[in-house]
Amino acid sequence: MADLAIKSEISGSVWKILKQPGEAVAEEEPVMILESMKMEIPVMAPRDGIIASITVAEGDAVAEDQVVATLGG
Amino acid sequence: MPESSLPFRSVLVANRGAVAARVIRAVKALGLRAIAVHSEADAGAPYLAEADAVHAIGPAPARESYLNQDRLLELARAAGADALHPGYGFLSENAGFATRVEATGLTFIGPAPRWLAAMGEKTEARALMARHGMPVAAGSGLLPDDAAAVLAAGRGIGFPVLVKPAAGGGGIGMLAAADEAALLAAVERARALAGRSFGDAGVYLERLVERPRHVEFQVLGDRHGQVRHVFERDCSVQRRHQKVLEESPAPMLPRPQATAMAEQAAAVLARLGYDNIGTVEMLLGADGSFIFLEMNTRLQVEHGVTEMVTGLDLVAAMIRLAGGARLEQVLPAAIALSGHAIEARVYAENPVNFFPSPGPLNRFRPPPADAGLRVETGYAEGMVVTPHYDPMLAKVIAHAPTRDGAIARLEEALHGFEVAGIRTNIPFLHRVLASEAFRAGQVHTGLAQELKA
Repeated sequence: MADLAIKSEISGSVWKILKQPGEAVAEEEPVMILESMKMEIPVMAPRDGIIASITVAEGDAVAEDQVVATLGG
Repeated sequence: MPESSLPFRSVLVANRGAVAARVIRAVKALGLRAIAVHSEADAGAPYLAEADAVHAIGPAPARESYLNQDRLLELARAAGADALHPGYGFLSENAGFATRVEATGLTFIGPAPRWLAAMGEKTEARALMARHGMPVAAGSGLLPDDAAAVLAAGRGIGFPVLVKPAAGGGGIGMLAAADEAALLAAVERARALAGRSFGDAGVYLERLVERPRHVEFQVLGDRHGQVRHVFERDCSVQRRHQKVLEESPAPMLPRPQATAMAEQAAAVLARLGYDNIGTVEMLLGADGSFIFLEMNTRLQVEHGVTEMVTGLDLVAAMIRLAGGARLEQVLPAAIALSGHAIEARVYAENPVNFFPSPGPLNRFRPPPADAGLRVETGYAEGMVVTPHYDPMLAKVIAHAPTRDGAIARLEEALHGFEVAGIRTNIPFLHRVLASEAFRAGQVHTGLAQELKA
């Protein structure tokens, strides 16, 4: 299966990265938590898989629709 | 009381956005000097032009600007301020900051710092109010770090229970637990949330009231032992425990019941010596009984609703009370409730999932204000709404002789509110205002969730 891009649904910043490349995730499991306007918004895995890459770092600003991670497996 | 008798002349407004605009207006109307501050993100904010002096206080992140106590106190001294208004949010309920403000020789415009401390710790606030006869929900004290004791506390109260942060506020970190099986996980998660949000992982339990209404009582106290209430507001329409619509008077609440509760709250606070503006937040159960939720020791976002139905200027009142004025000098002897007012908070957010939507205000045209419509905002067209602060863009408050009239006026105003460049919750506000439940006054804190697309 081709790697799947995981995108941010909001503009904000990366508060905490919960999964690292190589780690398995289940569908709907949080991969990272973004922060925007005093709210914490988790980025969920769209399906079961293995994290192929994390393309942002904690503290980075992210834009809506920006790819923040990719999911393989 | 002539304003010249106030013990201060220059007020540092330690906030941003709509509340900074509102406080600057009140300070100027009293003939005082308004000193405004701004972060790098707010450099172009329209209200800054209304102030007598404007100072940059740091980068956009709040902890480097609006929460930077050292910077604010240093600026207050350098700029010659002799009073500080904290607005709401940020440092407004921080007892340590208020104490430092007073130690610097400035008047803190709000209640005495001991009140910020007394009401800031929620289990102590609850216990204090219960000792003085206010109704409270069955609940625990601070939970110990012991699973058996937590389960015993839950059983003692009876399920469902709500796990709440003791140092909390703003609805952050509150989690419901339907039964014993869910309780330990909820407590663990609430502790983590509370630790991160408030720097204090203490949590407690309270009996969950199902489908409650949020009804709060506005009070004003002076430094001479007097407290009066100025009626109630219903703020039941909330998303993520944050208010979206607020109104006064509360619909479908018999006036004698509202008055009795308001008078009891004012009497308790008078006995305790409460000495400035405050709001007693209560839950109203389906059985008609009130329970004390918490007290906010500051100006509220929704104070304008009360101003519209009473004709009072609550911000001017709190400034004068902080300067030592007596209640009878700032309030008329008889205060009547006139008509009905409803406030809508216009948020920069996705109207479907309520996710934040910061971005450029390519178009920002609030509806024109008049005697029956008030608009409070800290934004102007061309500014950028950053992710650094809360998502409130504006407050739109409609006032009419009847509740139906106020709803119609608010709908008309929101239809005329043009925003482009970001998403707003205006479509969601329309959905609530048009709903049968809201129109019938059958509001409760779960209504917004039920009406979510």
